[in-house]
Amino acid sequence: MAILSNAVEMADAGAFSVGLGAMTFIKELNTSGGAVANMTFHHGASSVVLDSTYPIYKFVFSNMHPAGNAVFWLFQANAVGESGFNEQINSSTFRAVNPENSSNGQVDYIASIDQANGTGFQNICSDGDIKTNNDSCISGELLIFNPSSTTFVKQFMASTNHMVNNSQSSDNYINGYFNTTAAIDEFQFKFNSGNIDAGTIKLYGIKDS
Amino acid sequence: MGVISNGTTLLDAGALDSGVVTGAMTLIKTVTASTSSTISFVDGASGVVLDDTYKEYIIKFTDVHLGSDDKRFTLQGSIDAGSNYNVNATTSTFRAKHAEDDSGSGFEYTNGHDSDNGTAFFQISDILGSGNNADDCIAGFLQLFNPSSTTFVKHFKGRFNANNTGECIGGFGAGYFNTTSAIDAIQFKADAGNIDAGTFKLYGIK
Repeated sequence: MAILSNAVEMADAGAFSVGLGAMTFIKELNTSGGAVANMTFHHGASSVVLDSTYPIYKFVFSNMHPAGNAVFWLFQANAVGESGFNEQINSSTFRAVNPENSSNGQVDYIASIDQANGTGFQNICSDGDIKTNNDSCISGELLIFNPSSTTFVKQFMASTNHMVNNSQSSDNYINGYFNTTAAIDEFQFKFNSGNIDAGTIKLYGIKDS
Repeated sequence: MGVISNGTTLLDAGALDSGVVTGAMTLIKTVTASTSSTISFVDGASGVVLDDTYKEYIIKFTDVHLGSDDKRFTLQGSIDAGSNYNVNATTSTFRAKHAEDDSGSGFEYTNGHDSDNGTAFFQISDILGSGNNADDCIAGFLQLFNPSSTTFVKHFKGRFNANNTGECIGGFGAGYFNTTSAIDAIQFKADAGNIDAGTFKLYGIK
């Protein structure tokens, strides 16, 4: 039964007809159950949606804290029906970094972490060095454009900030694309060594009309 | 008649009650390019809202594929509901790039692709869109701050990623429309030829 107000249909068939906002929360993964080796979002598993339902997906990760010392924060993807997180990535990376104890800030391209059709996990924290100090962590976001496309490569953009070596702020920008026309439906985040000791990753879909 | 749950009004007079929490990002309009010469968002036309309803607007563009090879993806604003797109704009632009074959990379200010209070269409940052490679595309966003102000210039920020014939380009740009007139329309186009494909979505941020 539909719900109408002033002759305007507000809800029907178990769903609202009126707009409730374009950014929809899909799934949260966290470490409330203890440290984990990685966090993986796979379409169709555990209520995750990562298909053509949304044209743009946004991951927001907050206070990712490593169990291992001096590590990097990484992500990769897996195409539909394939195995392994090993899609070809092309990326460019730069950062603005400034130490806590000086004004020696700088902006630079980080050639050591860009990829040229590489299949490894993509570093999204420039030169990394995230320590295990209690207050050390990385936070940021990753946008994925139209991962279900079977025509175009899949563009992505990440913006993160992290504490380097427990003493510097690093503002990191990583752009790139998965060089495949296969649909992508699975994303994994992890540190390059050791577990994720603490942190939360939220997946949002940005609605189509 | 209102719909009341546990003493709280949820729906009334054909709208959600103002006390009902909804998302802060509202999709206003989707425009899909199909061999299009321009893509425009004009306040008051075709359901577009681009006025003081929102303080911030975001246009997200996905899988923008230009119709011709080596053409540039550009934009401009209007203060007369799209009759003219020729507002003075000053911008700064830079990019990080990396070749698929690892033959080169770079981080540079894209001088010559910024706008110096010019009125012509301009780029967020420099990218030559490839029309010849079927899987090449541009994706990103443009943030527009308080376009309806009649006191201040209108700031904007943009970011994209694109691939062009074996090169990954992350583009960044920001600037302002140097006018105290309200901006009520935004238009995108290639500097020559059409936009072959792509989806453009205008959102208002509450």
